[in-house]
Amino acid sequence: MTLSVALHHRFAEFTLDAEFEAPGGVTALFGRSGSGKSTVANAVAGLLRPDRGRITLDGTVLLDTDAGRMLPPHRRRMGYVFQDGRLFPHLTVRQNLLYGRWFAPKGQGAEMGRIVDLLGIAPLLDRNPGSLSGGEKQRVAIGRAILSNPRLLLMDEPLAALDEARKAEILPYLERLRDELRLPILYISHSVAEVARLATTVVLLEAGRVVASGSAAELLADPAIAPTMGLREAGSMIIARVAAQEEDGLTRLETGGGPVFLPDVGASPGAMLRLRILAQDVMLATERPLGISALNVLSATVEDIRLGDGPGAMVRLRLGDEHLLARVTRRSVRSLDLRPGAKVFAVLKTVSVGRENVGTAS
Amino acid sequence: MFEALSAEEWRAVTLSLRVSAVATALSLPLGIFVAYALARWQFRGRQLLNGLVHLPLILPPVVTGYLLLITFGRKGYVGQFLDQWFGIVLAFRWTGAALAAAVMAFPLMVRAIRLTVEAVDPKLEEAASTLGAPRLWVFATVTLPLVLPGIVAGAILAFAKAMGEFGATITFVSNIPGQTQTLPSAIYAHLQVPGGDDQAFRLVLVAIVIAMAALLLSEWVSRAVARRISGQ
Repeated sequence: MTLSVALHHRFAEFTLDAEFEAPGGVTALFGRSGSGKSTVANAVAGLLRPDRGRITLDGTVLLDTDAGRMLPPHRRRMGYVFQDGRLFPHLTVRQNLLYGRWFAPKGQGAEMGRIVDLLGIAPLLDRNPGSLSGGEKQRVAIGRAILSNPRLLLMDEPLAALDEARKAEILPYLERLRDELRLPILYISHSVAEVARLATTVVLLEAGRVVASGSAAELLADPAIAPTMGLREAGSMIIARVAAQEEDGLTRLETGGGPVFLPDVGASPGAMLRLRILAQDVMLATERPLGISALNVLSATVEDIRLGDGPGAMVRLRLGDEHLLARVTRRSVRSLDLRPGAKVFAVLKTVSVGRENVGTAS
Repeated sequence: MFEALSAEEWRAVTLSLRVSAVATALSLPLGIFVAYALARWQFRGRQLLNGLVHLPLILPPVVTGYLLLITFGRKGYVGQFLDQWFGIVLAFRWTGAALAAAVMAFPLMVRAIRLTVEAVDPKLEEAASTLGAPRLWVFATVTLPLVLPGIVAGAILAFAKAMGEFGATITFVSNIPGQTQTLPSAIYAHLQVPGGDDQAFRLVLVAIVIAMAALLLSEWVSRAVARRISGQ
């Protein structure tokens, strides 16, 4: 699956001029509000006609303004999950879920029972949308989009309208969609946390332009991009395997840089996890520290250093096949004489990686 | 009370009910279409259409009746055409009374429906289209059900207006007992005869009963529909 998008659209305040490709998996279109993300989503869905543009999905032309072609939304088969749910208020949950079934190609696509189980909405089927909580509404909206048997799932900030608890409730469902259904997803978000949990590919949008794109693991660990993510939010994403559940409530995980201990992650040994490690939680040392409370000391190699405008600096480390991002001060970079190639120890407090930073990986 | 109504008076009552029902039922699809067009589409002549629809509300009913007569009368362009090609004659027939009632009630019907169309979130229609529904299907399965309270309200308003329509009707189809004499025309006819007050009063009571029943029914129906639509 490849979605190719090239758009040019002039607004009163800014001009959208974006070009990118989304391979399979979850492609996160990341940017601040007002960067043009929703415009891209609407153009892909066919709800907005851009001034100029060309959008193709696996060779099917959805839009080509030069050739005067624009496929109407109902013939694009894009499952759109809106920020505000948009359930039909006059239909029950079941009728909402089945709405797209009339038009979906017969005999293919996900089976209703499976999706209902996957999203945990079986008890809601006979309810009316007006009586659902925000999180329940969004799960039904996701199910409705999937059951229309789309070629691509478009999610426009599906969690933005929910509080933290509801977000935490839905994220695992989105991970299951990604890992079990293998449905390509274009995920629009301004939350680094969500991107780190879900994305396989990231497209970074700033003021209507694509400033970076690539694999999520690479991009999240890029010191040059960290300021765009927000310095406090910046952090890398590594894959770890659950090794054992220890008696004192800690979980031991295997990573490219050695064992890592985290508070109980609630996963059984053998499970693959995706850890988001904030750059500001990583400490660097040139010698293996002794007599320290932090349980995780990983040996790593400095790959790249980017000095900030202020007193800070971002350091990218290599950890086996993966990357770790550390946020330190320029003074420390100088005093430790950090430079690419230097061997260092990355120190990570066990308690700094919370449950919200641990997701599943396929 | 009801036994006291003469056969002729009964005919006036049933004729009024029939005229109003036919006028409402036949103008409803056009009313929905015009309301939707005025609420949703930007097109040349939108204000003109809006004005035309509302004209019968402002014009003296006798003017509307006269305009109907010169258009749909036997000598009128449309009247001649209908007579020659379809054998339909409207002037001085009950069908003409239905046409007059429909024209007079149309602005009220369109206003009620238009307001609810404007209240339907177009985002819901967008969502339906991304789920694969073609435009007409979106209209039938999303827009129409959500506009239903307005349609019910509009239809009841139109029916009530049609029951009471007098000026345009009497101008266009006259006041022929048993043929074009509606309830208001019958009351008017009684009042023109010395000593007819008693008979007129009986019909007045009938009119009040029908109006009250229609009002209660409309309240009940619109509440039931609103409950269904709100998704509670």
